[in-house]
Amino acid sequence: MALDQSFVGRTYPPTPAYEVGREKIREFAEAVGDANPAYVDPEAAEALGHPDVIAPPTFVFSVTFKAARMVVQDPQLGLDYSRVVHGDQKFAYTRPVRAGDRLTVTSTIETIKSLAGNDIVDVRGEVHDESGELVVTAWTKLVARAAEEA
Amino acid sequence: MTAGIAYGSVEVGTELPAQSFPVTRATLVQYAGASGDFNPIHWNEKFAREVGLPDVIAHGMFTMAEAIRVVTDWVGDPGAVVEYGVRFTKPVVVPNDETGASVEVSGKVAALLDDNLVRVDLTATSDGKKVLGMSRAVVRLA
Repeated sequence: MALDQSFVGRTYPPTPAYEVGREKIREFAEAVGDANPAYVDPEAAEALGHPDVIAPPTFVFSVTFKAARMVVQDPQLGLDYSRVVHGDQKFAYTRPVRAGDRLTVTSTIETIKSLAGNDIVDVRGEVHDESGELVVTAWTKLVARAAEEA
Repeated sequence: MTAGIAYGSVEVGTELPAQSFPVTRATLVQYAGASGDFNPIHWNEKFAREVGLPDVIAHGMFTMAEAIRVVTDWVGDPGAVVEYGVRFTKPVVVPNDETGASVEVSGKVAALLDDNLVRVDLTATSDGKKVLGMSRAVVRLA
């Protein structure tokens, strides 16, 4: 079933703030095996010009994906979320995410396409800090694979 | 931002040091916890096979996180990354043994841009297959 094209351009209200903690950054850096001191040592981060430890580039996905999932699970959109796989991911950074940030995500459906029975939805998430500054924009392409013929 | 590589020291074709990133089932459990992505295809073999996968597969975002390390280890300051995007082309299949799988990542400077920016194109393979496509980062050099 083709998805409702009227959802293209729809923007969802900002999410509640996600507070970035030093220990959460450390946990993420350890999970990806990345020993860069800028992720765990405030002095090392400061020596690079950052006011506190910064997060690895893909850390913010945990925040933006939660918002994107709310969007694609909108029952009115009608996407079969159980068949969804991650197609593409892109980030554009104004500055790195850092400890102490309180981040909100505003998600917009950019495009909806159907290709060979697959439903493809592109969601843009704009991540702002407490002062309203844009920190990072995340683009997530989700593909709901065609259901097998019954 | 304080990148450790000078813009003037690189040219199109400059290769970044390649790296190999191991990934076992334990790695995936740890990543699931740290990222909050508990999709069972990343830890439950039975579930993975039921949905048509050959075995448990790594989180695409885990592979994306590893690949950019070739860039951040090269420049030193991860805050120098201005843009980063990938396409998930093939899954990284992680068998249930001590060795697991590995992701091999190489990168090279593909374009010199304005404002001390360069574009780095990354190649990521696992078991001989390309697992990321269109994997590109824009980085600000010193």
